Amino acid sequence: MSGVIDKIKERLKDFRRPGYYKEFDHHYAIVIDVDRCNGCEACVVSCYAENNLPVVGEQGCEDNRVFNWLRIERYIEGEYPDVKVKFIPVMCQQCDAAPCEIGCPVYATYHNQDGLNVQVYNRCVGTFTCATYCPYDVRRFNWFSYKWDKPLDEQLNPDVTVREMGVMEKCTFCIQRIRGVNDKAKDGKRKVKDGEIQTACAQSCPTGAITFGDLMDPESKVSKLAASKRGYKLFENLETKPSVIYLKRVMD
Amino acid sequence: MSNNESKRVIPYSEVNDDVLRTMTKTGPGYYVALVVCFLLAAGLWGGAWFYQIYVGQGVSGLQTPAFWGIYIANFIFWIGISHSGTLLSAILFITQTPWRRSIYRSAEAMTFFSVMTAAIFIFVHMGRPWNFYWTMPYPNQRLLWVNFLSPLMFDVLAISTYATSSMIFLYFGSIPDLAAVRDRTTGWRREFYGWLSLGWRGTDAEWHWLNKAYGFFAVFIIPLAVSVHSIVSWDLALSMVPALNKTIFAPYFVVGAIYSGSAAIVTLMIFVRKFLKVEKYITIDHLSKLCMLLLVMSLIWSYINVMEVFTGWYANTNYENEAMIYRMFKSPIAIIYWLMIATNTVAPLFLMFRSIRRCVPIIFFISIGINVGMWIERYLLVVSTLPRKYFPFMWNSYLPSLAEISMTVGSFFFFAVLFLLFIKLWPSISIYEVKEDIGIPRKKPHTKEMDHEDGSPTWYI
Repeated sequence: MSGVIDKIKERLKDFRRPGYYKEFDHHYAIVIDVDRCNGCEACVVSCYAENNLPVVGEQGCEDNRVFNWLRIERYIEGEYPDVKVKFIPVMCQQCDAAPCEIGCPVYATYHNQDGLNVQVYNRCVGTFTCATYCPYDVRRFNWFSYKWDKPLDEQLNPDVTVREMGVMEKCTFCIQRIRGVNDKAKDGKRKVKDGEIQTACAQSCPTGAITFGDLMDPESKVSKLAASKRGYKLFENLETKPSVIYLKRVMD
Repeated sequence: MSNNESKRVIPYSEVNDDVLRTMTKTGPGYYVALVVCFLLAAGLWGGAWFYQIYVGQGVSGLQTPAFWGIYIANFIFWIGISHSGTLLSAILFITQTPWRRSIYRSAEAMTFFSVMTAAIFIFVHMGRPWNFYWTMPYPNQRLLWVNFLSPLMFDVLAISTYATSSMIFLYFGSIPDLAAVRDRTTGWRREFYGWLSLGWRGTDAEWHWLNKAYGFFAVFIIPLAVSVHSIVSWDLALSMVPALNKTIFAPYFVVGAIYSGSAAIVTLMIFVRKFLKVEKYITIDHLSKLCMLLLVMSLIWSYINVMEVFTGWYANTNYENEAMIYRMFKSPIAIIYWLMIATNTVAPLFLMFRSIRRCVPIIFFISIGINVGMWIERYLLVVSTLPRKYFPFMWNSYLPSLAEISMTVGSFFFFAVLFLLFIKLWPSISIYEVKEDIGIPRKKPHTKEMDHEDGSPTWYI
């Protein structure tokens, strides 16, 4: 009898419960050097192009229904002529203890084996709970069936789903690029090199403020930057354990 | 009633006749009301909802940080209304309070109908309502399961259990009355109520088991009702939104629910006794007792409301303070906040006076005011907090769109349609328990002046 149970246990080891891995295969993270950010929004534009984000137009912006998965927040301090503008890029923080994952009743959002907080569009029923529970306001909802104007529909990224009406979406750390590079490495029977995976925002940042990498690899550029004394995370007191690490401004 | 010798004693047969009259004698006004309510419910709610499903959730005023709006406020409001039936029926049954008997049937029906209205608001609120069955935990070929960590999943289980139990509770208590209606009607009614009364004959064994089952459900449904509204509060309290994640939310919501439900039952009872002409069963005494209940609930609610502000202030974090100040002192949110305090804390204090408790127009306005105030409370909870979370860059304000307002108004007519149908199809006053209230008739010693004209004896209690 015990032999049978052991056999079953052995077989069940292969079926790890999604979202509750003892150990992740990777821990992808982004380090953003706020000191280098000049607020040019090139990362936002590249995110739109890479992830098939719909452009909502003037009315959509007025209704606060913009699809910027990645946004540059501007905070303005002081009065003219002594004005200081501060920028901070905010995207999904891919929290290790994500509040949104608790809220979803249907497991449309969960943690995958790469340490990413992923959204399954087809599973989403649109209860808005994840977006309500998110302290970072990074989730975006498909309010309508969006159309792309004439030349724009030609440039849709074939690796990324075009989301339908009524589902929630958010920054994925360009999971299609992660998968692509991992598959190529698997075909070549080699390991993924550090810096081989580039998210769209990291690739397009002219000042190199955004760095993407694997925190599990102690030699990676991202691990070294994350160990910096300037590092902090957004709202650490909320204990969400974000995967995005910010480096403090040093000037002024 | 037995203490009051001067009051005319209602004969048992008159109780049957009166209740039956409310079901069979229908004036044209009823049909006009039913048709108008149905058309308004279908047009304002059904039409707007169809438009929303067709075009997308974007027709609502929901926007990026304010993902929950008036739909969730309505959902909490209707779930709150549903708690009156449980209180009046179950708690007062267990404590053997005599004045529950003539009003509890309508209160139970109100419970069931408002749970239905609330449940539909969940679907209205969903982005893809046609996939609602994905939230049901049953083994399926999709090989997917539901997330039992989610407070919304608690909601699905709690509300479906509550709806089922309150329906069974309503039905069990009505069986002897359905049989009474069956025995006094002909045609389709006899067939229909014969089927519904499950062959009730009124034997000792049947009464025994009915009482057992009813007592069991009364005990069963009280913790259920408390759990339902606690769970609804956790939808908000388990989030990380400033001013929402507070441990006091579960008792706050349960008390608020009983409060708003009792106010709704007062409003409804005033309508029922007026339009069904059953003032001799739902007397001013009953309304006065309900007003005492309202007064007590208003004091408890006000206390918890103060405690909610106190816990926020005591936490002394930037987020909590900012949210509190925004809700209480910044126009326009502050205006409706203080309106809520006026209707829910100040106005019910007048119920302390006996003369006001016995004045129907005044208690009607106070109860309507409490309902409005409780709706404002739920609206404020959602609207004053969610658009203003942690990033000031993302702050904005939410205003409901025309479609949302239309559905909100339509839901009241939907409830009205259900209740109007209930009044005609179901004995809305418990026949057998009103008779218990009247007491056991005894024959009075023969006196000339007390005798009826036809020579039949006078019965008294």
